[in-house]
Amino acid sequence: MTPTFLNLAWLVPLPPLLAFFAIILFTNKNKRLSSNVAIGAILISWALAWLVAFAFFVQPEFIEHPFDVAVPWLPTGTTLFSMGVTVDAVTAGMLFMVGFVLAMIFIYSSGYMTFPGHLAAALNKDGLDPRYSRFFAYISLFATGMLGLVVANNLLMLFIFWEIMGLCSYLLIGFWYEKKYPDPKQITPKEAGLKAFLTTRVGDVLLMMGLIFLFIQAGDLNFQYIFAAETLHHLAEASVTLPLFGEVSWAVLISVLIFFGAIGKSAQFPLHVWLPDAMEGPTPVSALIHAATMVSAGVYLIVRMLPLFAADHHGENGAMTFVAFIGAFTAIFAATIALAQNDIKKVLAYSTISQLGYMFAALGIGAWVAAIFHLLTHAFFKALLFLGSGSVIHGVEHGHHHAHAHGHGHDDHDGHGHGAYFDPQNMLNMGGLLKRMPRTGWTFILGAASLSGFPLLTAGFWSKDEILADAFVNGHTLVFWTLAAAALLTAFYTFRAVFLTFFGQPRTEAAAHAPESVSAMTLPLMLLAIFAVAGGWVGIPSIFPGLGGLLNNPFGSLMKGQAEHYGLHAEEVFSSFALGVSLVVALGGIFLAWLVYGRRPLQTGQQDPVARLLGPVYTILQRKYYFDELYAATIVRFTKWLSQISFRFDDQWLIDPIVDGVGRFGRWLSGALRRFVDEPIIDGAVNGAGLVASAAGSALRLLQTGQAQNYLLVLLLTVLVLLGLAQFV
Amino acid sequence: MDLLRNLVLTLIVFLPLVGTIVVMFMPKENERGIKRFATWWSLLPLALSIFLAVDYWVGFVARGAGDMAYEVKLPWIPALDVHYHIGADGLSVPLIFLTALLTTLGLYYSARTIKKRVKEFFALFLFLSTGMFGVFVSLDLILFYVFWEIGLVPMYFMIGIWGQQKDRPQYAAIKFFLYTLAGSVFMLLAIIGIYLSAGTFDIIEAAEKGVWAAGTLAATLSFWAFFVAFAIKVPSFPFHTWLPDAHTAAPTAGSVILAGVLLKLGAYGFLRILLPIFPETFAYFGWVVALLGVIGIVYGAFVSLAQTDLKRLIAYSSVSHMGYVMLGIGAAAFALNSNGGEGMLNNAAMAINGAALQMFMHGIITGALFFLVGVIYERAHTRDLAQFGGLSSVVPVFYATMMFAGFASLGLPGLAGFWAEFFTFRGAFGIVPVLATVGVIGIVITAAYILYRIIQSVFLGEYDAKKLTHWSTGAGEHADGPTDMMRFEKVTLWPLVALMILLGIYPAPVLNFFNTTAVALLGRLVN
Repeated sequence: MTPTFLNLAWLVPLPPLLAFFAIILFTNKNKRLSSNVAIGAILISWALAWLVAFAFFVQPEFIEHPFDVAVPWLPTGTTLFSMGVTVDAVTAGMLFMVGFVLAMIFIYSSGYMTFPGHLAAALNKDGLDPRYSRFFAYISLFATGMLGLVVANNLLMLFIFWEIMGLCSYLLIGFWYEKKYPDPKQITPKEAGLKAFLTTRVGDVLLMMGLIFLFIQAGDLNFQYIFAAETLHHLAEASVTLPLFGEVSWAVLISVLIFFGAIGKSAQFPLHVWLPDAMEGPTPVSALIHAATMVSAGVYLIVRMLPLFAADHHGENGAMTFVAFIGAFTAIFAATIALAQNDIKKVLAYSTISQLGYMFAALGIGAWVAAIFHLLTHAFFKALLFLGSGSVIHGVEHGHHHAHAHGHGHDDHDGHGHGAYFDPQNMLNMGGLLKRMPRTGWTFILGAASLSGFPLLTAGFWSKDEILADAFVNGHTLVFWTLAAAALLTAFYTFRAVFLTFFGQPRTEAAAHAPESVSAMTLPLMLLAIFAVAGGWVGIPSIFPGLGGLLNNPFGSLMKGQAEHYGLHAEEVFSSFALGVSLVVALGGIFLAWLVYGRRPLQTGQQDPVARLLGPVYTILQRKYYFDELYAATIVRFTKWLSQISFRFDDQWLIDPIVDGVGRFGRWLSGALRRFVDEPIIDGAVNGAGLVASAAGSALRLLQTGQAQNYLLVLLLTVLVLLGLAQFV
Repeated sequence: MDLLRNLVLTLIVFLPLVGTIVVMFMPKENERGIKRFATWWSLLPLALSIFLAVDYWVGFVARGAGDMAYEVKLPWIPALDVHYHIGADGLSVPLIFLTALLTTLGLYYSARTIKKRVKEFFALFLFLSTGMFGVFVSLDLILFYVFWEIGLVPMYFMIGIWGQQKDRPQYAAIKFFLYTLAGSVFMLLAIIGIYLSAGTFDIIEAAEKGVWAAGTLAATLSFWAFFVAFAIKVPSFPFHTWLPDAHTAAPTAGSVILAGVLLKLGAYGFLRILLPIFPETFAYFGWVVALLGVIGIVYGAFVSLAQTDLKRLIAYSSVSHMGYVMLGIGAAAFALNSNGGEGMLNNAAMAINGAALQMFMHGIITGALFFLVGVIYERAHTRDLAQFGGLSSVVPVFYATMMFAGFASLGLPGLAGFWAEFFTFRGAFGIVPVLATVGVIGIVITAAYILYRIIQSVFLGEYDAKKLTHWSTGAGEHADGPTDMMRFEKVTLWPLVALMILLGIYPAPVLNFFNTTAVALLGRLVN
């Protein structure tokens, strides 16, 4: 094979890892140096990632023979397990997106992590977060996880990086771990981190089970090896009988187990509950981990493993149907919740869950290329929206402090000192911000348009339309209408957020005084906005009337080749009916949002018109269908109860009491024996009975007197008896 | 070089004993001298164990061989046909290194924290390591038994004398002593049984000649007699309740050795004695061992979750983590039932690899965790989790070290504990899938108690200076508040953390030892 830049792939995850160790070991005292080390490292990774990606784009021969190099890593009995990197079209596409988004968010973070409102009192003279260095160490380690996951050439290595991301997610959600809220029911960052880790852990152990079964059945975990036709055929033919489910093929069982990993990581129903609470983390983290990269790693996993999911040949394909169902259900389910959220980040969080559901639904109906397309475009526009919301929050927080420092003559800068708690993330506290923060505002609107699928221009339109068209043309009617309804809701709640935040008049002093953010923050917004719009143009179907011929769908043709290599179907589709529906739901949703929130902007203290309209249903939506309460009352409570019961059982009820009882019995027996020798038989028996009673009452005291020789005597006797027994057998 | 190879194991075993004798002749008042001597002296076995590892790697592992090496066989009590027969293979070599490392670190740490009866402590500590090394090299059952008992006595005194009064050290010590002794008695019985059946006390010979046919009462009884002895030491559910008491009461270095090495003696016995000598009986009852392992994993994890004392929590977590060892060994033995060919052999090999890795990694990780408990206890004089909070920023180095150890303990990929769990489950799922499926519940609960109980209670939340007012430094001097780790504590802990990271990324240096020996052992058993 000719030398190629693809050989650099294994280097891509390394610079941030070195930065992580450099920061925790050496530079953590110097905050600016730490962030510079982290940003420098990520820029190197970005460059390497794009080198690899473009090297792949210009060498189409690698589509047929994906680049795959590995070194032996682990002995596994008589065989060896190798670790290495692989580059195919999916890897290249992901490297293109991840490298860029990581770099943007690192730069943004250096501006964002300067003003933690709750810590204003503790704010250092340098104006940086007290744990600024630690933040950059964590996100560097995260970058290693994400980049490593993308280049991994086998499922075990993918899993390792997957879990490292989970660790970073935990650390970063709980980054402001001392934060408390006046409402004790509101989840705090430290609790949110724990919740995220444990919820995803449930999915992760199932993923690990799937991985292990695949290892056992296939003999290796290398992707190219697994996706060889013989291996897939074997997995689809070999079957296992399960209780309740009867006979299923290994391919289906393994696929479903692996999908549970994705359900956890990508916050799909029923493991979705952690993601909205993960918004307790600093906003760049929400953008990076909980929108653009880590949560979409779940989708990436299924994209990777789809040949296995599709490998079943016994009629109805259970694994794919399951994926489609969970995806479509989550898409609409999360979209309805997003309607009733007032926290700007919560809206985006539910939107993320919903959009990820979109991608899974696409994968479940076999629309592999469309799913990847939506994964990439979503990463750009959702990162943009989250960073935009962070800029807004930052601005409102500054505005709040400004207003209270000057407007009301207060001297203290302590965020807690103002009596009523001010929530800078609540959209009801905003309004009219477009004038105060034009760069943030306009880029946010572009991102929102893309998320809503604003026709023809935006990336979100093209990727979403492709999914809808695929569902319609291939006869997945239920999925099609579910996703169409979700798209309508998406456009509505997204522009609800836009109107509430940026239009009308400021509803608080804080909003009225919010300043535009620094350029370290707005520059990434503008760069991301370019991709949020233009990123979709590379994937316009070539058969699309008029526009199709302009660029000839380079993305689609690349991915199509790759899909065929893995034996997946990838026909370009176009349907004017689906297009019509797509136009109607996107524009209709935006129009409805304008009708409700744009035409007559919400006034201070005014109730949300939708709340009035929906009545009690609104409360259910606002409380997220009570899933948190349900889990707290069942799983969490049961686990705590079981742990207490186990401990009692161990320490007080059975296990340890038996041990102490045996000790007491030994002591009693030796006493009784002595009395048999020393005293008349009847007297001895009476005393012995008395001893039992007294011994039972004061076990510990007796044990503590430490009469070891008594026990030893009993033990010796027992041994002799047993020894005698053994002689005979 | 050959002379060194002949002597290396003997030196490793008896150098600490020589150290004990030297300490006994040193004046009691010269505490500084005693501490210094004991710590430096322990470097000798450590250096030899490194030599041993490198030499065995070059001579055997690199060639894919897992033979017994460095064998010495001399008559010891000719009248009873007892020999001084020692040797080491890929199973024992890493464990010898682990023992040497934890001994040195334990002595080094104790030199700065043990304040009373210094001479006795250091003499006992060195003596203890002779017992542990001895078990790992013995190839004669009587010799094995003697070293096994030697390990018991010093630990009994360490718990009883240097324990904190409020932790009921006398109770804990005698419970530990009697419980283990009760197990040993069964073992002695079975050893005599093996002699009656095979006509030898030699472990290797007995395995070759074979004992009673499987299925006979005698074979079954001897198997279970050994089983009880080893299961108590591991400790396996339901024989584990001595452990929390012993750990809670023991001084820091004592807990480290107890968790790091002494528990492994039981697991080692399974692999060195039970599996080779009773392969068929073990295969028949393998599922029982695996079942007890799974119960230990899940039950131990749930009980850990209910703890409020940091040290007791980690002690219970050991019950859970040693369950993986039992699961791996039980599954591997069970695999011998089938004639599944190479696939089943590889499953069994990976199950043994997982169990052996867990022995090694748990030694490092839990050793580190007990040191970390010592670090905080020296400062705060309490281990009650409710008393802490918000220490993350106050003592960042301690926090970072605890994070590495804690996440390694919950099996985070990239750190050492993961590979042990992964290989155990990889092996077990291929052999006893239903049991393994139950076992994975333990992984989730482990994450819960590490993060919810330890990390959240101790490090997160707001630091409240009013909660605990009586603080000391790591060296025992008065302090105004929590102080970060001192140099000697970093020197103690960071080698362990470095091992967690390095072996977490690339476990092959240790794994290859176990793998070659496991493959060789299984090859012998299948034929």
